[in-house]
Amino acid sequence: MGSLIPQFALDLWNGLPVELQTVVTHVFKIVIVLLPLILAVAFSTYFERKIIGYMQRRIGPNRVGPLGLGQPFADVIKLLIKEVVIPTRSNRFLFLIAPLLSLIPAFATWAVIPLNDTFVIADINAGLLYVLALTSLGVYGVILAGWATNSKYAFLGAMRSAAQIVAYEIAMGFALVGVLMAGGSLNLGDIVRAQEGGITSWFWLPLLPLFVVYFISGVAETNRAPFDVAEGESEIVAGFHVEYSGVAFALFFLAEYANMLLISALTSIFFLGGWASPFEGLTFLGDGSFLREPSLMWLCLKIAFFMFVFFWLRATFPRYRYDQIMRLGWKVFIPVTLVWIAVEALMAWLQVGPWAA
Amino acid sequence: MFQAILFYTFAAVLIGAAMGVIFSRNPVHAVMFLVLAFFQSSLLWLLAEAEFLAIVLILVYVGAVMVLFLFVVMMIDINVERVQGGLVRYAPLGLVIAGLMVVELVQLIWARSRFEVATGGFAATPEGYSNTEALGAILYTEHVYAFEIAAVILLLAIVAAISLTMRKREGLKVQNITSQVAARAKDRVRVVKMEAEKRQ
Repeated sequence: MGSLIPQFALDLWNGLPVELQTVVTHVFKIVIVLLPLILAVAFSTYFERKIIGYMQRRIGPNRVGPLGLGQPFADVIKLLIKEVVIPTRSNRFLFLIAPLLSLIPAFATWAVIPLNDTFVIADINAGLLYVLALTSLGVYGVILAGWATNSKYAFLGAMRSAAQIVAYEIAMGFALVGVLMAGGSLNLGDIVRAQEGGITSWFWLPLLPLFVVYFISGVAETNRAPFDVAEGESEIVAGFHVEYSGVAFALFFLAEYANMLLISALTSIFFLGGWASPFEGLTFLGDGSFLREPSLMWLCLKIAFFMFVFFWLRATFPRYRYDQIMRLGWKVFIPVTLVWIAVEALMAWLQVGPWAA
Repeated sequence: MFQAILFYTFAAVLIGAAMGVIFSRNPVHAVMFLVLAFFQSSLLWLLAEAEFLAIVLILVYVGAVMVLFLFVVMMIDINVERVQGGLVRYAPLGLVIAGLMVVELVQLIWARSRFEVATGGFAATPEGYSNTEALGAILYTEHVYAFEIAAVILLLAIVAAISLTMRKREGLKVQNITSQVAARAKDRVRVVKMEAEKRQ
């Protein structure tokens, strides 16, 4: 390290007050997480179009750059130079702040997500609670956007999406109670560490119903197909963002994909062992094999897998009918999670699965 | 020093937001100011290292209660003029309540300062101390009966609210979703196998 950084820079760094040093290191950590995240959002729009294209026997975007890889940047530039139209008689301030309100929680939650055994921006005790609290804030952006637009279509979309998010949040919360019982901690890093020992000791196996409920609720929370009644093109045009254009629309878009990445990351951490390797227990691979080492690569692969499932669902299923969405949330998922929490208590009492002494 | 700056900033924004709740003309703005006020008080709790309470305040009040508030406020068409008139009429009552609260707070602080030595800031918690664990340990051991009773009362409130608002209107056409979901192709379509007719 000493040879890489010139002495005067080190002196300058050590001369700074301690508070300033803390601020600088934290900002640096945040940038390290956020920049790849934004890039990942850009390229997931590309992969979504490619994957859905291939599933529908089309080619998908292939004009901009090699293999069409420049498409996300072309889209971003197009949206940036478009005019932001503000409807008359809309509430100007809330109209402009609503996209930010849906984007900020999606990014802020990444603060507690451990990327590997050592790197996490904020290693806090109540990480799981923090995740729950922040994911419950995303609904404000949608509601305010729908109301501030002063349009019936937008308002209907906002109402639908708010009711849906509130309904599925309860099921998500109960699923996380199950994870908490198995992991024995609210700290996300400790939850991953409790899953050590290869693919069979991850929580997806003992908590299989909760895993399924959590991921499907996540799809519903992000307003993605087949739960995208908030946008429902055929009924209410585009739902809550019907009047948004240019950068304001781009922010909603960014928030939606950032939320998808977040749900994928959380599902991998809670149920698929986070950064742990699935082949940890396979001794024949050799001692130093990178396949057995826990690393960031595994987390990225798991996130990519869940993103693929998101796109796959969108290409496969028709949109749910609204009353069936509500029925699924309240009458199916919540009872399933409640029953499985009781089953888990029994498992813990009998000391099977992750509770084996 | 750094903490003091943060404390005064959060406190100032909190007071400003609380004023905003009272004085904003638009009820939706008032609700958003209330959300901001909750946020600031949760930040103050975080400064006091009560992270469980702080996060639960956001989770319960901002994430659930205020969303429903916003729902209701957006749906009803509030006459702004009339609401403004109410401000003056209810001001004496509000002032009395605010005065009572100030008296209580002053009493509390005064009583504390008589028996304890005032400390400069919040007491720092030891390394590895988990707020959530400590709260849970106390709730489920010392106060377990009170906790269970509170839970039962809440459950009762849920059941009561549902049974009060649930009503079946006569002649209402509703779908039976269970039977719709359970429907299979063979219930709806009858496939008949028959011999091909001979060419005439």
